[in-house]
Amino acid sequence: MSVFEGFRFRHVTSPIHRLDPRVKFFYVIVSFVVAVLFNQLLPLLVLFFVQIPFVLAAGVVREWLRSLRGAVFLVTVIFVFNFVFNYLYKTYTGWALVEFSLAMALRFLVLVESFSIFFLTTSPDHLSLALEQSHVPFEFTFAFTTAVRFVPVLAEEAQTIMDAQKARGLELERGNFLKRVRNYIPILIPLIVSAIRRSLELAEAMESRAWGASPKRTNLYVLKMKKGDFALITISAIFLIVGVYIYLYHFGSIPTLAHLLSR
Amino acid sequence: MIEVKDVYFTYLSGVQALKGVSLAIRNGEFVAIMGQNGAGKTTLVKQFNGLLKPTKGSVLIDGVNTRDISVARLARKVGFVFQNPDHQLFSETVEEEIAFALKNFGFKENIIKRRVSWALNLLGLTEYRQASPFMLSGGERKRVALASVLAWNPKIIILDEPTIGQDHQQKENLRQFIVQLNAQGKTVVIVTHDVEFVAECSPRVVLMADGQIVADGDAKRILTDPNITLKASIVMPQITQIFYGLADLGLPTDVIDVSEARKVLLDYWEEAKAKH
Repeated sequence: MSVFEGFRFRHVTSPIHRLDPRVKFFYVIVSFVVAVLFNQLLPLLVLFFVQIPFVLAAGVVREWLRSLRGAVFLVTVIFVFNFVFNYLYKTYTGWALVEFSLAMALRFLVLVESFSIFFLTTSPDHLSLALEQSHVPFEFTFAFTTAVRFVPVLAEEAQTIMDAQKARGLELERGNFLKRVRNYIPILIPLIVSAIRRSLELAEAMESRAWGASPKRTNLYVLKMKKGDFALITISAIFLIVGVYIYLYHFGSIPTLAHLLSR
Repeated sequence: MIEVKDVYFTYLSGVQALKGVSLAIRNGEFVAIMGQNGAGKTTLVKQFNGLLKPTKGSVLIDGVNTRDISVARLARKVGFVFQNPDHQLFSETVEEEIAFALKNFGFKENIIKRRVSWALNLLGLTEYRQASPFMLSGGERKRVALASVLAWNPKIIILDEPTIGQDHQQKENLRQFIVQLNAQGKTVVIVTHDVEFVAECSPRVVLMADGQIVADGDAKRILTDPNITLKASIVMPQITQIFYGLADLGLPTDVIDVSEARKVLLDYWEEAKAKH
């Protein structure tokens, strides 16, 4: 469950926290696009390290590291799969094979990294405000923020259920692959049932508080772009342009790390 | 026997929930662990079956360190009934729900059948044998959860907040049930902040506040001590509060039990009558 830790917002303030969520989201999309454009290790390394100043400025190093640690398992899986299949199909050999597999694993890590920065520094309230002001219907906004807000609650509940079943002698790690998957049934059923029950209760609570009574909602706080926001937009845009430019015109000439090191 | 030796526990989130707890619970004892929300009660009892392992210090169950044994193995000895039955019910029928743990522990088919019938009967659930646990009422679901643990006959039984959401009659049934289990030689540990319930059961009370044990002794002594109860932010039983109000008459203040209170008052009444 520790992977969720990285997506749990904590109320602190920093220059990064104060940025407009729309701008931050643009930045996440840019790093997403650039990460998907390249499959070489070198640009992905650059992409990985470029984000670290943000983490430091936001003061969320510990939580951020925790979410990366949570991703380690999937990163390993991605590395192993790429390594094995590219080896079998002989698309890459030797160091190039290692480097390609590493790059694929790192690409995933970069995605986790940027999304984690976004969620760690953006409060759910800010997020819904941003969506609303982007003219997303409030029903969708509300559904989205509710989903985000309940991730840690659900994670905690899953942990409790796991404890309760372990106390009844359930061993999750026992048996072959199929048995292990089936071991999760006693955890998933109570989790799903309680999620449905909770959503019904939430719906009742909302209706009793006049949900949807007025078609046009107003907000106490309104998002406004500030200097920092424009700076981040510019940086992100430059990043995107440079990324696309390299992709279009210099894609083949990106040196491999092995090549650089051997020079 | 449960031995807790200078245990510290810190959650991943950084919250330090136990700060140097030492405690010994002998076989066949009946213990109520009390204290405010967040005092560390549940964290402490989760150490007893190894769901949580101490950050520092050690917990021994019959001399075995909880660090050296899996939760599943410990569970044979330590049955843990969680607060919310909805966190564990998942089977299609009540019967299967109760058989789940027995299958996990590798009991034989015919023994499983016998134990399930026994547990159903014990908690008055026989008529719901084929019912879905999700269709039962809250109190019934709680009883199914209890039956599913008692079915494998653990030596130590831990009940986390057993009285929450139960009406008076159910509480009384539960009390009799616990007393009966205890009389059969089981170690029973309940976690609760229901002072009245504890006053009626009169077990050994371990009072916690802020991750530490602030008092440990029999219910009568702990629950009638104004300093101790204040320190742990719990209120005294209503009977005790009445007797504190009547202290001017020379009545004792260490009364927690209704029948004892009746006797004391009747004696006082007789004495007063005799004087006139």
